[in-house]
Amino acid sequence: MSTDHFPIAPPLVNRQLPLLLLLGIIMAMCFVFALQMGTANISILSAISDVINHRESLDALILVEIRLPRSLLAITVGATLGMSGAALQGLLRNPLAGPGLIGVSNCAALGAVISLYFGLSSLFWFALPLAGMAGAALSVILIFALAGKSISATTLILAGIAVNALASSLTSLALNFAPNPYAMSEMVYWLLGSLTNRSLNDFLLAFPFMLLGWGFILASGRFLTALSLGEDTAKSLGFSVSRQRILLVIGIALSVGAAVSVSGNIGFVGLLVPHLLRPLTGYEPGKLLAASGLGGAILVLLADICVQWISPDQELKLGVVTALVGGPFFLYLIIRTRSTMP
Amino acid sequence: MKVQAKNISLCYNTCPVLDQVDFEIAEGELVGLIGPNGAGKTSLLKILAGIQQPDNGELLIDGARLDEINRKALAKKMAYLEQGAPAYWPLTVQRVIELGRMPHQNPWQALTDEDHDIIEKAMVTADVHLLRNRTVTTLSGGERLRVMLARIFATQPNVILADEPIAALDPYHQLQTMELLKQHCKQGGSCIVVLHDLNMAARFCDRLALLNLGELVQDSHPEALLNSNNIEKVYGIRAECIRNDNGLWIIPKERTHWDEKT
Repeated sequence: MSTDHFPIAPPLVNRQLPLLLLLGIIMAMCFVFALQMGTANISILSAISDVINHRESLDALILVEIRLPRSLLAITVGATLGMSGAALQGLLRNPLAGPGLIGVSNCAALGAVISLYFGLSSLFWFALPLAGMAGAALSVILIFALAGKSISATTLILAGIAVNALASSLTSLALNFAPNPYAMSEMVYWLLGSLTNRSLNDFLLAFPFMLLGWGFILASGRFLTALSLGEDTAKSLGFSVSRQRILLVIGIALSVGAAVSVSGNIGFVGLLVPHLLRPLTGYEPGKLLAASGLGGAILVLLADICVQWISPDQELKLGVVTALVGGPFFLYLIIRTRSTMP
Repeated sequence: MKVQAKNISLCYNTCPVLDQVDFEIAEGELVGLIGPNGAGKTSLLKILAGIQQPDNGELLIDGARLDEINRKALAKKMAYLEQGAPAYWPLTVQRVIELGRMPHQNPWQALTDEDHDIIEKAMVTADVHLLRNRTVTTLSGGERLRVMLARIFATQPNVILADEPIAALDPYHQLQTMELLKQHCKQGGSCIVVLHDLNMAARFCDRLALLNLGELVQDSHPEALLNSNNIEKVYGIRAECIRNDNGLWIIPKERTHWDEKT
């Protein structure tokens, strides 16, 4: 058959870079805006110049000790949740998957609750994030123990359900036997998810683990794209499916564990963001990863700005806001995909 | 490239699927795997593609054991068409065919001009260039099979392993697909196809391997294998086998194994 009648289309322009640039610019704008948010009325520019010139001023102190850690955490936690949501949806080939699904979030939360229960965080400041990451690591070990080494997508989900159930029942147990009302309210508030009163040290402790996890996830991009054609075809394209799957789950556990251990449970970001951005990346799971990272950062920054704007006295928790927006959206998603899912 | 499977056995849980099967294919051969449903055709094809590990036996590719071979290097030379040609996300047809270049690409490398030429050619060869901007999940089963066939041609493999590549195709594209596979073999490649259409198998294949209940019943030239005796024994049907100048024609008449098959 001849091609004369059909002009050969120019190779599809790689539309990924403009999208990432656009998302990056929006994220930077949100970041700058988030630095302005807060009860104290400070000048960001003079605060920055104070920091650069090592002048000790109240503005510089508020910027570095309060607003910067909070905004940086919003970006990194959001990026982690968005990216791991996109990775899990690609891995399980299901748009309804999220980082909460394989039990990592709940186990990290359990670790943190245990450290609050025993008052460990008053002994040393990094007890809470450390316990959170230990919980996340435990969830991965449990999942592999339950599902075996060559796990199928279905076994992974089932193992996740089991791990989730175990973690939330133990969390309830800790709440049940809380030593005093203060410890109880501390645990409950922490579980609701928030970025208030986090220090630069919290960020610096969690960041390397998140960064490492991102590395694992982003390196799986090509594998996830090949997986769009099924596991057998991905294998025939040269990917070791079981090995790639393990690396991906480790990456998700590292980054989500670190994120949850400093922020608590911030739900629905990992579900919402990939779904919104998927059409813009040509439905390609590999390209969706970086875009969802930036999108998640934007969403959490915006949600945190909203929280501070609606209730400056900081009673409203970030996790409550994302769940209030995400819950109805999740229902809408189920109703819409109901007809197309097998 | 020569692919040899020696003494292959496979069980799912305790249910034997393949029992001590020996099979090999040399350069230039088009071999059909035939047999009734559940005979073990797909399992054997997956083992030959290195996708599934057999419980016993070994797979040799050009004399080398599978675990001695780099998976990516193998993917350049061997392509696999999965039964039903699944696609889970609504990628464009062109993008799906571009995935066929994956084994040749380095991780962060974009497609080169040469890659694009190969992709264009593959699309024209498999007659899917008009579908290039459609999303693959909106295609019919037959169209999707042809898109996946184009993806395989984009890989430029030596060995093609295809699981029911013509099952959902119209007669025009059935003939076209078999001709393309035949042409691939004439150019020095080889091809293993799972087929249910015995007439197509008789007409295009150089050799047929007849499987039944996980055992290799016979492995020989189509003329020697396709006779009413074999067909009745394995498929449980009485069929008329007509030999004329145009070749061998098989016309299924009636079921014989009433009690066993129903």
